[in-house]
Amino acid sequence: MPKLVKDGAIVDNEWTLMAKPEDAPEAVEVPAGQVIVPLSVWQAQQEKLQTRNDIGVWLNSDEAPEALQDAVQKLPLIALHFPLFSDGRPFSSARLLRDRYGFKGELRAVGHVIRDQMCYLRRCGVNAFDFGDQDINLEEAVKSLDDFTEYYQASHDQPLPLFRRRVS
Amino acid sequence: MYKYDQYDNKILQQRIAQFRNQMERFLAGELAPEEFLPLRLQNGLYIQRLAPMLRINVPYGMINSRQLRHLAYITRRFDKGYCHVTTRQNIQLHWPELSDVPDILAELAKVEMHCTQSSGNCVRNITSDQFAGVTQDEIVDPRPYCEIIRQWSHFHPEFAFLPRKFKIAITGSEQDRAAIQVHDIGLQLVRSDAGEIGFKVYVGGGLGRTPVIASLIREFLPQEQILPYLEAILRIYNQLGRRDNKFRARIKILVRALGPDVFAQKVEEEFEYMKDGSNILTEEEIERAKSFFTEPPYETLDDASAQAQVDAQAADNRAFSKWLQRNVRAHRVPGYSSVTLSLKPTGVAPGDATDRQLEIIADLADTYSFGEARTTREQNMVLADVKKTDLFELWQQLKQAGFATPNIGSLTDIVACPGGDFCSLANAKSIPIAEAIQRQFDDLDYVYDLGDLDLNISGCMNACGHHHIGHIGILGVDKKGEEFYQVQLGGSAANDARLGTVLGPSFGADEVPEVIQKIIDVYVENRTDEEQFIDTYQRLGNQPFKERVYAKAS
Ligand code: SF4
Repeated sequence: MPKLVKDGAIVDNEWTLMAKPEDAPEAVEVPAGQVIVPLSVWQAQQEKLQTRNDIGVWLNSDEAPEALQDAVQKLPLIALHFPLFSDGRPFSSARLLRDRYGFKGELRAVGHVIRDQMCYLRRCGVNAFDFGDQDINLEEAVKSLDDFTEYYQASHDQPLPLFRRRVS
Repeated sequence: MYKYDQYDNKILQQRIAQFRNQMERFLAGELAPEEFLPLRLQNGLYIQRLAPMLRINVPYGMINSRQLRHLAYITRRFDKGYCHVTTRQNIQLHWPELSDVPDILAELAKVEMHCTQSSGNCVRNITSDQFAGVTQDEIVDPRPYCEIIRQWSHFHPEFAFLPRKFKIAITGSEQDRAAIQVHDIGLQLVRSDAGEIGFKVYVGGGLGRTPVIASLIREFLPQEQILPYLEAILRIYNQLGRRDNKFRARIKILVRALGPDVFAQKVEEEFEYMKDGSNILTEEEIERAKSFFTEPPYETLDDASAQAQVDAQAADNRAFSKWLQRNVRAHRVPGYSSVTLSLKPTGVAPGDATDRQLEIIADLADTYSFGEARTTREQNMVLADVKKTDLFELWQQLKQAGFATPNIGSLTDIVACPGGDFCSLANAKSIPIAEAIQRQFDDLDYVYDLGDLDLNISGCMNACGHHHIGHIGILGVDKKGEEFYQVQLGGSAANDARLGTVLGPSFGADEVPEVIQKIIDVYVENRTDEEQFIDTYQRLGNQPFKERVYAKAS
């Protein structure tokens, strides 16, 4: 089974990532098992899919988390897709999902995410990293989660900025 | 000046370790060049035409003598013994070895310096007024706020992969010397009628391919709300800024596309969610930041007698008197002055300084200016706190070191980017053009008589030489593989910031000095007694200049 990094550990990837459908999203069949569906499929089939507890949704970098509305409270997993690692929109999406919409489930970075983004993404609230078929040594990569252990800013992982914590 | 504590040091050390690892992986072929690219840029490292280039931050232009000496050492050990001061108050090394860069960062960290986010699509070094804290027209000293924003922006987890680079400038004076209206965000410190400190917030200014003067989106933002407000602007930009076309990706394009009002409204909506959060500055934090920028131990001096002494020296010595007029500036404290060191003698690339010169500046700063110096947007350096009674002695030493050219703010105080000699993006060279103009105007008395004149040169549309906001701007263009130069007139970086107007078809390199001469002739023939170049230009418009420059030889 393919592996990924979750909560700092290397674990089996038990979810299948469903590609964007070429056909109408209401027509595609979502298989049984743990599946991460594209936003369009979720929106088209929400009534049916929300009865299952093994459905996650992925947002492309140009899809805003607002599109998920109240589902955020119930979904077990949301994935943020990087079409290109330098597309920084998922960083803001992660913070909105965690800090504004109160998402508590697994927040996963997928697509062309790179090791060197893990620490900042963790700070924004992402807790799982699926590098797909990139050739990456996960044992090494996982170390980058803690490239920084002290920070100036408030973020999801550390809600207080340094200036409220500084002791001289 | 700001002093690092255990937290600042720890964060910076972690950054260096991170980059060392990235460099090792890149050199071992484990990190792809296109993935390494933004990582190295965010550590100041470019790969240029001839060699790597490393851009070292000088946060809001403040540098002390210890740092200057260590920089001198770094330029000797890792480079060719000189460096270059940029229009964003930074310092660049043009010849480091790629694999040495982690070691250079470690050396810089020993004196609390770094290259953090000096490049790349992130929040860049904050720039400010080189006369902060000492100028008579200051409303509020901007430096504590610069430092607060520096800390907020460094390693900000959400904004490291923005659509494009992001530049913030802050001024606290009546006269804007930081050109805030041509920055992605420009902040003007103000006091409300009730005496509260806050910011006027400008957004969406910039030079480059599409030069734009910024829009005012908030008339008064209370000081404690600055971080959440900045975060709201950056979040809107990160989400909505264009990513499909590098040339349409700056925030100015977004602000224009939405309209400043709609953009402002989006920011305010986002800000609503943030304005009660933990990013609101505490009084203690503002006080802590201010505690690093308190007054140096000024002596109580008799200004009148100090001035009388200087006047007498000036009466005896014309060269000294000229230097006083052009390179020395009034200070807020009686008996003191601020001195600008010209890095623009003829024949030296504008802004270049050798290792030995850095050490001399360090020594002079220690002797005459409380051990501190500043870099300027015009690519010069400043000793901000010099006793008037020391001016004559200092001038003699500056002359020896090559810093006393009395040309600050004048035609030969040329701002120029590194251009085609160094930069791989260039269309044309800029340094030889600067030199040719300086040679054309080698009569110091004549240049002195011309008064205030900003001449700025960029080697391409990226406008690192700020050509749009020069009174005279020169832009390198490529015509079928040959280097040509377009001339524009009437730009301004001051409070009435405006962009220059193109004069007409471009010129070959050898024609440029003569073209500038003709432009100057029109000014000299038409000016009234009080008029500076820009005033005459504004009164006459482009036409007379155009006619003269493009007149057929008869
Ligand atoms: S203006 Fe162009 S040529 Fe000059 S430094 Fe910038 S990118 Fe290079």
